Amino acid sequence: MNSDVTVVTKKQTTQPLLSLNKRKWLNKIIFYTTISVGALIMIIPFLWMLSTSIKDQGATMTLPPQFIPDTITFTNYAEVAESFPIWKFLFNSFFVAVTSTLGQLLLCSMAAYAFSRLHFRGRDTLFLIYLATLMVPMQVTMTPQFILMKYLGWLDTYQGLILPGLFNAFGTFLLRQFFLGIPKSLEEAAFIDGASHFRVFFQIILPLSKPALATLAIFSFMQSWNNFLWPLIIVSNQELMTLPLGLSILQGRWATDWNLLMAGVVISVIPILAVYLFAQKYFIKGITLSGIK
Amino acid sequence: MVGDKGWKKWLVISFFLLPNFIGFLVFIGIPILTSLGLSFTKWDLLSTPEFIGLDNYKGIINDAEFWSALKNTLLFIVAYLPTVLIVALGIAMLLNKNMKGRAFFRAAYFIPVVSSWVAVSLIWKWLFNPTYGLVNYFLSWFGIIGPDWLQDPQWAMIAVVLTSVWKDTGFVMVLFLAGLQNISETYYEAAEIDGASPYKKFLHITIPLLTPTTFFILIISLINSFQVFDQIMIMTEGGPAGSTTVLVQKIYNHAFRYFEMGYASAVSWVLFLIIFVVTLIQNRLQKRWVDYEQ
Repeated sequence: MNSDVTVVTKKQTTQPLLSLNKRKWLNKIIFYTTISVGALIMIIPFLWMLSTSIKDQGATMTLPPQFIPDTITFTNYAEVAESFPIWKFLFNSFFVAVTSTLGQLLLCSMAAYAFSRLHFRGRDTLFLIYLATLMVPMQVTMTPQFILMKYLGWLDTYQGLILPGLFNAFGTFLLRQFFLGIPKSLEEAAFIDGASHFRVFFQIILPLSKPALATLAIFSFMQSWNNFLWPLIIVSNQELMTLPLGLSILQGRWATDWNLLMAGVVISVIPILAVYLFAQKYFIKGITLSGIK
Repeated sequence: MVGDKGWKKWLVISFFLLPNFIGFLVFIGIPILTSLGLSFTKWDLLSTPEFIGLDNYKGIINDAEFWSALKNTLLFIVAYLPTVLIVALGIAMLLNKNMKGRAFFRAAYFIPVVSSWVAVSLIWKWLFNPTYGLVNYFLSWFGIIGPDWLQDPQWAMIAVVLTSVWKDTGFVMVLFLAGLQNISETYYEAAEIDGASPYKKFLHITIPLLTPTTFFILIISLINSFQVFDQIMIMTEGGPAGSTTVLVQKIYNHAFRYFEMGYASAVSWVLFLIIFVVTLIQNRLQKRWVDYEQ
């Protein structure tokens, strides 16, 4: 980015000062206006959600719409929490997202180790089969998965919510790519010292792969937290609903009570926003890292 | 593999691979084959599956609802894909500059990405409310009487597309930003010396060097667009009058509303074949426009 600045200053000295200054200012104004309008379009819906969630029902239907209501009330939150097990939804979302993230990290990294560091017959063919399944959309497997869950008696269970999501080739692929880049010499030295594969994996490969592990963690957490279709299919008991599913039944109950509905949405959005703002740096890095290969 | 022989070697391999492999087989491998098998049967989950050969596939051909779901899916893609690409590229170009508040702006554009589709759909459903929603209120400033977005077959899909562009712009923007940062400054410096205008630089440096990124985004966005579902399920449930019923909504309806597991599986295989063929075509075409020179 530094070189960018030097190029601009070089150009400045060769042109008349005043008109250039004016043009620069005009450009700056246009530039900041454009991205600010864009940012507003992104943020206003969330502000509107917040504002609706603290209105009484009458105030949701005033024209022109009021951003800051005359009377601010938090009873919507109380009502949502009273009539729906919203804390349970929140717990379920966290529990499912955390377990499936940890599970994926462990299972995918172990498989990736086998696919990148161990040698056995048929390894590359098997890996190709893994990769090929990435092309198959989730809709193809969801019907048999549902039937399987039904026969296992896993409808309306945590294992039914979590287990099928643990296995997909994406995580194994991502980590294998990363492991392949770690020099062989590192582990060879350890093997000579008598270390086992187990130790090499946990004490050399995993610590060196933090960026890739963080990327996968971000992906699987977000995916699990926001997943809607799978819980929709296998959960009917309110006690096991995750937030997205809980919200969708909230909508069924309060089709027109937007203030109550938005209070529910706020409760569902705040935790993930907090996680995002906390981990923003890694979030964007994680996405770009895995995005462009 | 120092010192690993025979059974000991297989023990190590099993330890690392087997947990994942068994799960993969049970939850991905076998279901894929099962679904292919089911697509040749008629099954309501209760009775025994009845083999009916290609009847489901023949049924799809004569199923007007299938063709309208395919048409709606394509309409979604045609409206969504170019819009999100252009908007996200524009914002990425702006945010790639050295500027004040870059972190803030990036966060602002990224907030919709991390929020769940259900939350986003509910917010926009409210914003699209014809009488009290912000969208029509905003339009009224310009003297425009907005439509009843989600209840009007002509506008419902457009509302869904707008919501989708709004949610995904941040994600696509980040991918473009990564691509832009991969372009070496020296190209621009050289063009600067030759006296190229910003427009020329954009057209002859940025666009060509960004084609690998664009290709990648196109592939994943297209695959995802064929599978669009959450926002539609929440905002319209496929209505009004089937105007937003997409392929996945149709699969969902057949499998979990009418319990026609065989037919649902057949439609899901057709969806897969479409995605497969489109991806193959994209791969073929990439040689013509993707520039991997860097």
